[in-house]
Amino acid sequence: MVNGINLALQFLDSFAFIVLAAAGLAIIFGIMGVINLAHGEFILIGAYTATLAVTQLGLPLVVAMVVGGLVTGLFGILTERVIISGAWPNYISQRTLGRDVIDPLYDRLADSMVATFGLSLILTQGARIRFGNSIDQIATPFGAISYGAFSYSTYRIVLAGVSIGLLLATYYLFTRTDFGMRARATIQDKETAQAMGVNTDRMYMLTFGIGSALAGLTGALFAPVISMQPTLGDQFLVEAFVAVVVGGPSVVLGTALSGGVLGAILATFSNLYGTFIGRIALLVAALIALRFLPDGITGFIEQLRQRRQESD
Amino acid sequence: MSDTETESEVDSLGPNVRQTAAELATGDRTETLLQTDGLVKQFGGFTATDDVDFSVAEGELRCLIGPNGAGKSTLLNLITGSYEASDGSIYYNGHDITDLDPHERVSRGISMKFQVPSVYGDLSVRENVRLPVQQFADGEERRRLVAEAIEAAGLTGYEDVDAGQLSHGQQQQLEIGMAAALEPDLLLLDEPVAGLDVAEREAIAERITRLNEEQGIAFVVIEHDTDFVASIAEEVTVLHNGEVFREGPIEEIESDPEVQRIYLGGES
Repeated sequence: MVNGINLALQFLDSFAFIVLAAAGLAIIFGIMGVINLAHGEFILIGAYTATLAVTQLGLPLVVAMVVGGLVTGLFGILTERVIISGAWPNYISQRTLGRDVIDPLYDRLADSMVATFGLSLILTQGARIRFGNSIDQIATPFGAISYGAFSYSTYRIVLAGVSIGLLLATYYLFTRTDFGMRARATIQDKETAQAMGVNTDRMYMLTFGIGSALAGLTGALFAPVISMQPTLGDQFLVEAFVAVVVGGPSVVLGTALSGGVLGAILATFSNLYGTFIGRIALLVAALIALRFLPDGITGFIEQLRQRRQESD
Repeated sequence: MSDTETESEVDSLGPNVRQTAAELATGDRTETLLQTDGLVKQFGGFTATDDVDFSVAEGELRCLIGPNGAGKSTLLNLITGSYEASDGSIYYNGHDITDLDPHERVSRGISMKFQVPSVYGDLSVRENVRLPVQQFADGEERRRLVAEAIEAAGLTGYEDVDAGQLSHGQQQQLEIGMAAALEPDLLLLDEPVAGLDVAEREAIAERITRLNEEQGIAFVVIEHDTDFVASIAEEVTVLHNGEVFREGPIEEIESDPEVQRIYLGGES
């Protein structure tokens, strides 16, 4: 029975990690067609901001985490205006050269990868130059629960709760609010959304801001349990990309389902054979999934739905 | 003195009262709603519209015809702001709107239905209509306007159906309903009856005429079918090679040998 509980906790842990790692990336990719290779560094910004807010400014942990998310969100908006949409450089160039210098990177997968990869290098090295090879970590709150020979960090369970809360909040935002309506309309057909009076430019900016804020919040949430180095974002990237690709086109449902499926695989194999084999199993599972479900889990669900409608 | 009197008269009618088409036809207060001035659009080396002066009066219903590649859709896209003009200006209600973003033009009262049916297939009929309405209405008013727009589009009972599952004709009706739900003063329709059968065409023609007469919405309609054009419009503008080729009453245009020649593909 102890092993069962251990497995369940490990599953929650993996689920939370995958969902939190992927959420921001999934929103930005799913809605704007931009692959943000600086996603790991957005997580870094959130983690560093929250940590420094606690150690340098003495803010309470929860406040510091919110600040970490907000600062990263603002940085995301800045990134969107300068690099992704090019709105600010174009504003200047229109007035000096009389023409745009940057074409927006929306739906240009390869180009957006190159641009954000450059950004990621700048951010990693910038953090190294400014803060050195590591900064002081904050202590893990809430202590631990123990049963028999095992002890388990309470904070990890809190993270699982937060990840489910974030999924629900994101689902609500994109399906039940005016903002979500406009965002989905903008994804499906930008021209028609504009004709319906939607400021699509602002939608893209806000969406990128929200995706970035989620990445920052992820960094802030994991700040107490990972080591604070300039490369800390890398350890999230594999799970994040695998989850987005396996999840498929539906942002929230896809992230939740791939978090569930991949989390179960990661937890089971880690529990049986150790973390190293666990990660290999995760990647093998992703390969198999993409061989048979090239559009991801939600793409497959959509196909089934369409087939059933056609046969009706 | 007489100016102030006229103004207070207008005020007493409330800001939303529009002149109906009938009033416009009899009265002499017809004002220019939209005016393009030397409008040019170039795509690389190709000039899609060349020095176009085009105007629409308040409450007018004008059709835009011309052979393929004449620049009709380009002209509409320039008016909505989907395309940026290479040269020239666009005036709307006396204001220069040439540099405004598309959504800003919508908020000033210009609305458009595109050539390709572009309802949101994954969203329900209600959600499709809610999108334009939520730009300016909340709560109870929003629900009322959405319900009215669905009824006007003849889609009562289809509220929760995904728009992608409607017939082509229903989608066209829905899309005109979405554009009309923005309560525009000018509605631009790009081939609203392409691919529709006779009954569906008649329904759309009736819908356009009613929106024009009852709500005073001015229309610019791109259409190839001259019977359809004759059934809704009196005034027609012919575009050819990106330039205004002819303007006038439909009977005159139809019998114009030069217009027949460009449509039959003679030398341009």
